[in-house]
Amino acid sequence: MKVLVPVKRAIDYNVKVRVKSDESGVEQTNVKMSMNPFDEIAIEEATKLKEAGQVTEIVAVTIGPDKAQETIRTAMAIGADRGIHVQTDAPTDIGGVEPLAVAKTLKAIVEKENPDFIIMGKQSIDDDSNQTGQMLAALLGWAQGTFASELKIDGDKATVTREIDGGLETLELKMPAIITTDLRLNEPRYVKLPDIMKAKKKQLDTMTPDELGVDYTPRLEVVKVAEPAERVGGGKVADIDELIDKLKNEAKVI
Amino acid sequence: MSVLVIAEHDHNSIKPVTLNVVTAARKIDADVHVLIVGTDCSGAAEAASRIHGITKVLKCDAPELSHRLAENLAPIIVEAAANYSHIMAPASTFGKNVMPRAAALLDTQQISDIIAVHDADTFDRPVYAGNAVATVKSSDEKKLITVRGTAFDAVANDGGNSPIEDIASKGDAGLSSFVKQELSESDRPELTAAKIVVSGGRGVGSAENFALIEKLADKLGAAVGASRAAVDAGYVPNDYQVGQTGKVVAPDLYIAVGISGAIQHLAGMRGSKTIVAINKDEEAPIFGIADYGLVADLFDVVPELESKL
Ligand SMILES: Cc1cc2nc3c(=O)[nH]c(=O)nc-3n(C[C@H](O)[C@H](O)[C@H](O)COP(=O)(O)OP(=O)(O)OC[C@H]3O[C@@H](n4cnc5c(N)ncnc54)[C@H](O)[C@@H]3O)c2cc1C
Ligand SMILES: Nc1ncnc2c1ncn2[C@@H]1O[C@H](COP(=O)(O)O)[C@@H](O)[C@H]1O
Repeated sequence: MKVLVPVKRAIDYNVKVRVKSDESGVEQTNVKMSMNPFDEIAIEEATKLKEAGQVTEIVAVTIGPDKAQETIRTAMAIGADRGIHVQTDAPTDIGGVEPLAVAKTLKAIVEKENPDFIIMGKQSIDDDSNQTGQMLAALLGWAQGTFASELKIDGDKATVTREIDGGLETLELKMPAIITTDLRLNEPRYVKLPDIMKAKKKQLDTMTPDELGVDYTPRLEVVKVAEPAERVGGGKVADIDELIDKLKNEAKVI
Repeated sequence: MSVLVIAEHDHNSIKPVTLNVVTAARKIDADVHVLIVGTDCSGAAEAASRIHGITKVLKCDAPELSHRLAENLAPIIVEAAANYSHIMAPASTFGKNVMPRAAALLDTQQISDIIAVHDADTFDRPVYAGNAVATVKSSDEKKLITVRGTAFDAVANDGGNSPIEDIASKGDAGLSSFVKQELSESDRPELTAAKIVVSGGRGVGSAENFALIEKLADKLGAAVGASRAAVDAGYVPNDYQVGQTGKVVAPDLYIAVGISGAIQHLAGMRGSKTIVAINKDEEAPIFGIADYGLVADLFDVVPELESKL
């Protein structure tokens, strides 16, 4: 079976993101970038399925600037066999190309590649949209298994355990399907140097949105990007008695 | 045109977050309808018709809708959308799952997790784990929106008496089916609606030790939350996770115990009115946003706090 894994380049999760003083976006110069953590989980899951003999080929796809090719190489170092880079210089102030346009791009690639299923992140940690997988499933008319913490593939069926607000839910999906990953699906492996070297030799094709017939004109205009409401913290109490006193008499919350 | 709110419900009653979404909807238009999609869901529809300020309830009642499968729900939302300018749902795992599917079918770029309404086209939403707030203006003809419940007050769940209109299901798409669910049973208040939340992190050390957190929560009538590390380590179930990729809470009082205060955790609780942090490391970032920080070993002070309350 062939699996497609969309991976996105985003500001590293350890970076404390700062808003630009002109409120046009966030500071991105000299900021560490990495693969969106949920996508790392997706590529790890695909790789495990390949190691288990259930998957024969993993194709990683990214949509973004030239630098996004680094993300494809990381995916290859983990386990992707091939990569597709859809090149765009669309601004990345709040996460780059919008989810609907990403979903349309991925649909066009699915039509070329005919994968048996797709594993992708539940959410980009830059735009925090949590939309693309569901949108792609809709555009393809496929089943969706979002926020997965467990996945079993069995021929033309996938069994997915999902993390939902009240606990866990298990669904059976007809294949082809789209699975979006939650944090507890797996723990991505540590990439070793020889794998990074091998990744450099793998095939990476480049395409443009025009070739795929997708329009990247944003539907949402970013009017401004501001700092969140400030929180003045740093207050300390010496002991439990003082804490209880403050909570009762100052904050009046108990 | 009117606004349609997709209710979150359990077929018999309405989940409170629906009431927060109605408030956001009423900032856009006075004519707000509620859609109940479920199986034998008259109870929920009647509860919806009593919501203050609602002008109509749409009820779609069919056997294939019992487990809110996105593949079956999205086409119903798409058809109902013809009569509305805005369609809104809570940014819960339910809303996050189904709304983008409907949005794509309507060729609309959804606006996720809004925290403010400026006008009918313009909304605020947090990005980068809440380290920035983007104001976005939509040019789509229809707006599909998910709403962060904690950012809006709840409307009253009584006083209304709106008509209930039945609409037809679009059938079973036959793409997915429900197998089972394991829901955490608890008598405590629901995490996202609780006035007080006590959360434990990796510092708590084990599932057994989490009893300390639970005892304190019970004394306060609080909900119990956790950091990702505590969930990953198996101390508590997944649905306790507070944060960027878990639940967002904004109680009057949030007590973080043995939690360092990673960006992703802060994203889920920084809107709390009063924050207490208990951590033995005085350098822990959680102290940077805490109103009352106590540098101490949690195993000494949490039992003391519980007994003195
Ligand atoms: C994509 C992504 C999404 C994420 N989403 C979330 C999310 O939604 N929510 C979330 O919480 N995290 C999330 N995380 C994880 C986050 O980055 C942190 O790893 C996590 O929040 C750390 O949890 P913690 O504070 O419990 O553990 P630690 O950082 O290990 O902190 C434990 C703390 O306990 C203190 N401590 C230890 N023993 C004691 C004691 N006896 N008494 C008092 N204090 C003690 C220590 O001083 C320390 O500060 C996410 C990460 C990624 C990459
Ligand atoms: N520019 C992109 N390139 C590749 N994959 C993407 C891109 N944007 C989003 N995705 C995928 O869609 C998932 C959800 O993203 P989002 O809907 O933006 O939260 C991500 O985890 C990725 O798997």
